[in-house]
Amino acid sequence: MLKQLTVFVENKQGALVDITDTLAANHVNLRALSIADTQDFGLLRLIVNDNDTAASVLQEKGYVLKITDVIGVKIGDQPGKLSTALSVLAQAGVNVEYLYAFMARTEKHAYVVIRPTDNAAAEKALEAASFHLITNADVEKL
Amino acid sequence: MEQRYYQKEIETMPVEEIKKLQSEKLVKQVRHVYDNVPYYRNLMEEKGVTPEDIHGIEDLYKLPFLTKADLRDAYPYGLLAKPLSECVRIQSTSGTTGRRVVAFYTQHDVDLWEDCCARAIVAAGGTNEDVCQVAYGYGLFTGGPGLNGGSHKVGCLTLPMSSGNTERQIQFMTDLSATILCCTPSYAAYIGETLKEQGYTPDQIPLKAGIFGAEPWTEEMRRGIEKTLGIKAYDIYGLTETSGPGVSFECCEQTGMHINEDHFLAEIIDPDTGEVLPEGSKGELVFTSLDKEAFPLLRYRTRDICVLSRKKCSCGRTLIKMAKPMGRSDDMMIIRGVNVFPSQIETVLLKEGYEPNYQIVVDRVGNTDTFDVNVEMTAEMFSDTVSGITEQEKALANAMKVMLGINPKVHLVAPKSIVRSEGKAVRVIDKRKLHD
Repeated sequence: MLKQLTVFVENKQGALVDITDTLAANHVNLRALSIADTQDFGLLRLIVNDNDTAASVLQEKGYVLKITDVIGVKIGDQPGKLSTALSVLAQAGVNVEYLYAFMARTEKHAYVVIRPTDNAAAEKALEAASFHLITNADVEKL
Repeated sequence: MEQRYYQKEIETMPVEEIKKLQSEKLVKQVRHVYDNVPYYRNLMEEKGVTPEDIHGIEDLYKLPFLTKADLRDAYPYGLLAKPLSECVRIQSTSGTTGRRVVAFYTQHDVDLWEDCCARAIVAAGGTNEDVCQVAYGYGLFTGGPGLNGGSHKVGCLTLPMSSGNTERQIQFMTDLSATILCCTPSYAAYIGETLKEQGYTPDQIPLKAGIFGAEPWTEEMRRGIEKTLGIKAYDIYGLTETSGPGVSFECCEQTGMHINEDHFLAEIIDPDTGEVLPEGSKGELVFTSLDKEAFPLLRYRTRDICVLSRKKCSCGRTLIKMAKPMGRSDDMMIIRGVNVFPSQIETVLLKEGYEPNYQIVVDRVGNTDTFDVNVEMTAEMFSDTVSGITEQEKALANAMKVMLGINPKVHLVAPKSIVRSEGKAVRVIDKRKLHD
């Protein structure tokens, strides 16, 4: 299963750049990211090439973070492909808390990161529908 | 269990007799102070009151207050009422809130103080069969010397450990079967955790009771310590200005601390007006020493906010009880007409599993107070969804509403984002312009 890093970010100037600078200085590559924000705070969700390094350098700087299991799905770069994946989940009775997408540098594929309400059920349903799920090891090669 | 007392006659004296005794002692104490302490005589003269105006405790309100600022002004000898040749001891405060306070004791004063501590130990079930481990600091701090003296008076085998060196504390506790532990509640909790880590279960720990004070602690903390150590935990209250620990102490009922009224006369006043409030009202606690020789303070304002109660106690003691102080009058806020103490917020946070890192922001928009509480997120409580965090904020706000009676807006903020000045966090920001 794919591991995502979620970081609690304060809503203030320079909060994000401090995180990206810290990761850059420690040679952590970002593959995908998304931000959810409210009036008070933001949640920065990251898929990186090296979770352990990213987590430890951010924790050292006092950030609160969590490593969450998410589903990474390879989606053909054609209209309607994402809909197919989502309908598979809907039919399996799995809700989506959030999702975000990214493109690979080399292949003609899009990838979607999904945080479903039930990881195991989502995984099962997508694999049964012949979707290719990716892991952190795959991410390093993308 | 048979209820025992250290000084039964005083501790179970009918209320009318205690009041009569207090009145007699007060008249003498006021005369002693007036004759020997020019600083306080001046305050009395400014108020136009003389010892002849004081016939008993009903006249107490006529006397001027003493505050911490007076103690600073009069440092070191300005409030001393006996020649130094008759004094045998000093004790001192840590001085964290300004210039330190130095209190003086004659042998009579030391005895009186140790008697108070002995009453506390007996109320916690202590007898001469007990082994009493005193892990309060010894030295200028009153905790160690006070309980040490009380333990001697009861006849316990006293282990004068002082604080720190937890390994050694545990070794003496287990090797010599200590039955009573006296220390700060936070140190008791720490010793308990260490014992647990070393594999001790509560029934393997010889302790049966603990006497914990010198810092604020919550009821949750009490239950935690009692469970880990397998003991009953008793609260004790006191301040260097009046003598030290033992001004009041808890009995088996654990519903407030009996004040040693034969030595310390308590009042509750309105912190803003200085007006004496009727029994049962919440206000600032004021103490008048009744028979101290060297450092007798009259109407000393403790800044502690609490409530007194004469409700009959099942332990048989007739001494008035004070509730655990709810906060300090210096940091009490009135928000939307309700008294709010930072300590109440702290209690909620600890209960809900957060660290007590918070900041209260009060403002006034139009004619309504806004009440925001910023709480630092912790790694343990962190949820990775917006809805999760919003739910947490709501749950905290609800818990605070139950405690305070008014609804705050809670914001979870990044760790260490709450401004700390000189190591101490700024707990309250009041932006209201309530005074011109």
